[in-house]
Amino acid sequence: MLYLASLPPAIAQGIIWGIMAIGVYITYRILDVADLTVDGSICTGMAVCTVLIVKFDMPVWVGLAAAVVAGMLAGLVTGIFHTFFGIPAILSGILTQLILWSVNLKIMGGTSNVGYPFGVEYFISTESLSKTFLYFAIILALLIGLFYWFFGTTLGASVRATGCNINMSRAQGINTDFIKVLGLVISNSVVAFSGALLSLFLGFSDANAGKGAIVIGLAAVIIGEALFSRITRNNFALKLLSVVLGGVIYYMVYQTIIYLGLDTNYLKMLSALLVALFLAVPYWKKKYFKKAAKKEKEVAENA
Amino acid sequence: MLEIKNVTKIFNAATINEKVALNGVSLTLQDGDFVTVIGGNGAGKSTLLNAVAGTYPVDGGNIVIDGVDVTKMPEHKRAKYVGRVFQDPMTGTAADMWIEENLSLAKYRGKRRGLGWSIKASDRAEFKELLKTLDLGLENRLSTKMGLLSGGQRQTVTLLMATMQKPQLLLLDEHTAALDPKTADKVLTLTKDIVEKNKLTTLMITHNMKDALRLGNRIIMMHEGRIIFEASGEEKQKLTVNDLLEKFSQVSKGTFANDRMLLS
Repeated sequence: MLYLASLPPAIAQGIIWGIMAIGVYITYRILDVADLTVDGSICTGMAVCTVLIVKFDMPVWVGLAAAVVAGMLAGLVTGIFHTFFGIPAILSGILTQLILWSVNLKIMGGTSNVGYPFGVEYFISTESLSKTFLYFAIILALLIGLFYWFFGTTLGASVRATGCNINMSRAQGINTDFIKVLGLVISNSVVAFSGALLSLFLGFSDANAGKGAIVIGLAAVIIGEALFSRITRNNFALKLLSVVLGGVIYYMVYQTIIYLGLDTNYLKMLSALLVALFLAVPYWKKKYFKKAAKKEKEVAENA
Repeated sequence: MLEIKNVTKIFNAATINEKVALNGVSLTLQDGDFVTVIGGNGAGKSTLLNAVAGTYPVDGGNIVIDGVDVTKMPEHKRAKYVGRVFQDPMTGTAADMWIEENLSLAKYRGKRRGLGWSIKASDRAEFKELLKTLDLGLENRLSTKMGLLSGGQRQTVTLLMATMQKPQLLLLDEHTAALDPKTADKVLTLTKDIVEKNKLTTLMITHNMKDALRLGNRIIMMHEGRIIFEASGEEKQKLTVNDLLEKFSQVSKGTFANDRMLLS
């Protein structure tokens, strides 16, 4: 019974990680950049939202909006490191992550943990889950709708083209440096937004909460694709939804493992190994099952 | 239309691997010129094309397209003037995007990309008409991923993308070299048709001497980063593969033994 009771809050938190995974999907899958800024920018979102609401008495929507802007700035820094400074994308993300560690502590006034006042309920909370789920449904519909629209525009199409074939994109007149920065800005704004939601839901901000966020995001993307790719096919909105579901499934498995009494110190290791394994599968498929892949392609060509 | 003035390009300058890829190349293309470029491996043909396209900066000289000095202009801005087809069929298109999405990308070459819907119903009709001219049945497969097409089909679509918005300059970098002979011939015929129909100013690299003689109104031969022979008009019409081989061995002092060229 205790396990069943723990499920709805786990699902709710899974949705928040799933929203973050949409941000990861934008860089990792669409832009073809592994962006490690995420571990920092999710905490920036948490910190900015909490501090504005708690210390500056701002309404919740201001906290959320400010988190989005802060995430954009984080993405901008990584983007500038990558395109203008010429630093490889992964290293750029790590550098920004480190910068954000200091920035986040500074935002939170030098402590690593800031809580919302007890007894005050915001629009999402562990206390009123049905209301929380309703808000999540609205947020997801708006977010997925927004990106479905954006990636269908000429600008959005050039983001996809840049991730798919950068040489071709330049030949077609796309400023690929600008597009990369844009993609990182958009992605990190989503990540910071999810961080703000997480802080409201949990009732606090923690400078350590972002550790391994990128791995959770990647896991959500991979699980979503592995389980639902046959259903989502070429529908972009469904793909994003499957990524969110991937986040939910990841977090439920996580909760189950905790419930089963596994030493929680192993959790991060297990998720990392799981992601490594999932990332290896397409590579192994290519390397050791070349014939199968080739045959598939031939069939498709003759179709 | 295109003026290349004394352009030099040196790779790995001041190192043991220094390679002068372009050694003061000057070339002027008039409006509507179709120039074929031949030469052995490492002669500087691709470097010349990439220099014009802006893939990398040149070390000296100027490049002027349609009266605009583009020498310092970044590649993506130069794309406004230049349509390109590459040797590798995978390079010219986005494999994970649909045929119509690829065509839409090309439609906006050199234009502002904003928040308007990328493919409208009128675009789709236009794309269908264009694809019909290829006679490959692609007009019914607008939402097929580009990556599922064969090399020849992809190269054909790339050619379409490079020319659907009339470019001031069309650059073809051995765009049939990776195709089987039959497909290569088809793509080449289509190239000829499109260039003639739109009166495009074209620079085409080829390893195939017959093609170089068959197509275009001018021919240039490159060797060690220089243009060593040039012919146009009637003079070009009279040239044979043997003439070219002879010219080549004269200038390169008998070192000519590029089997790819001999075989073709």
